Amino acid sequence: MAERKLEDHVMPEQTIGSLFVDNPTMTARAVDVHYGDKHAIQDVTVDIGASQVIAFIGPSGCGKSTFLRCLNRMNDTIDTCRIEGVIKIDDENIYDPNIDVVSLRARVGMVFQKPNPFPKSIFDNVAYGPRIHGLAQNKVDLDGIVENSLERAGLWKEVKDRLDQPGTGLSGGQQQRLCIARAIAVSPEIILMDEPCSALDPIATAKIEELIYELRQQYTIVMVTHSMQQAARVSDRTAYFHMGKLVEVGLTKQIFTNPVHELTQDYITGRFG
Amino acid sequence: MTDLKDDFFRHISSEFNDELETLRSSLLQMGGLVEEQLKSALRICAEKDSNLMDEIDRIEEQINAAEISLDEQVESLIILRQPKASDLRLVLAVSKIVRDLERAGDELEKVAKLSFKTYDGSVSFGLVEIQQIGEQVSRMLTEALTAFARLDADLAQNIFERDREVDKTYKSALRSLATFMIEDPRDIGKVLNVIWIVRSLERVGDHATNLAEYVIYLVHGVDVRHPSINKNSI
Repeated sequence: MAERKLEDHVMPEQTIGSLFVDNPTMTARAVDVHYGDKHAIQDVTVDIGASQVIAFIGPSGCGKSTFLRCLNRMNDTIDTCRIEGVIKIDDENIYDPNIDVVSLRARVGMVFQKPNPFPKSIFDNVAYGPRIHGLAQNKVDLDGIVENSLERAGLWKEVKDRLDQPGTGLSGGQQQRLCIARAIAVSPEIILMDEPCSALDPIATAKIEELIYELRQQYTIVMVTHSMQQAARVSDRTAYFHMGKLVEVGLTKQIFTNPVHELTQDYITGRFG
Repeated sequence: MTDLKDDFFRHISSEFNDELETLRSSLLQMGGLVEEQLKSALRICAEKDSNLMDEIDRIEEQINAAEISLDEQVESLIILRQPKASDLRLVLAVSKIVRDLERAGDELEKVAKLSFKTYDGSVSFGLVEIQQIGEQVSRMLTEALTAFARLDADLAQNIFERDREVDKTYKSALRSLATFMIEDPRDIGKVLNVIWIVRSLERVGDHATNLAEYVIYLVHGVDVRHPSINKNSI
């Protein structure tokens, strides 16, 4: 059978599937991202539904992480990056010049591929955000927020007796849950996760996935993952990116049982030559 | 869009391609055995030959062995490959079709045994009905297996109409056989055997219809079983 290369595929004119939801927390309309001359994201329109998990999947370099980073303006730090289109959170344009980016990133928290706790104690890692955002009136408040965040991140029992020890001394999986606790501590609406389990072993991965399952009740989660199985297991909706375009978006069950576009089909079934 | 049939063999992993090809061909072989069993079972009515009964037993064993082998292949594919999209649909469809083929085989074994017992030269009622329904069911089975081999959803769709024809033939056979019971109550036992035979053949047609439903699921990803049920509300 002749092998079909990536470039042989025909890209759809427009994104296929259900781009819109009834209760979006975030909306992206006609988003384009350029890094200098490189057109990294092309005309992406999609809704992020409230209290849902949406997974972004696609081959390396497809733009899924770039798009994720647009959602809390992490790309602002890159000088050559130019973003067009409109991204709104609760109907508020996040690229409006009047938006306070620090507050935005509290509303749209982020967890990275590699756990990146601050070189501080476990307590201070979680307390950092509430302190700078003035979320706690006093020490009791702050203790409450830290305990609650660690509890919700499934880490409290493991660390409650050593809160003063450095966060960097925890195992990889615990560090990642600490980072999730840190994100939760400032009561975000949305948590962005960029391959949150790729540096973790299967048990730590299972714990993070269980955590995502519990957090979805309260938060909207946007996750980039290279693991098809993980996307299938944890997400409600799945979006497939390819060469900077959003090819297809739909309910995860539909994407994994009966994708519409052959690019999606070929990617999730491991058929790219 | 490339042909779905070719699509099964374009994975990066050639071993996965081989496994799916083996799965497909094993299922078609099993289907071939059931077709063979149907022919043998129908011949028993006309030729009371004990060698044919040995043949029936031999094929039945082969069908059962194929069921076990295919179940193992399905299990292994799910564990090792975690199939998705059309691959998943192929694996699921095969696992269900296997069940239908095995049951069709059981029905045909019944047809053969009852025919051998009933047609001892003393009676001839029901032979026409058995041949008629047998031919209809044989065509359905062949077409359903061809639809699977070619991934031809249109051909699969035709089988639903054929099933309605079989149902009509079956009902008409029941009416006609009832008259034999009325005419001579001494024949009731044998006529009942013939009713079981046509009933089993009609069931084989139902299994072929199920097969056609799985082919449509495999090709289009839609579940056409029980259209009266709203699947979105389940």
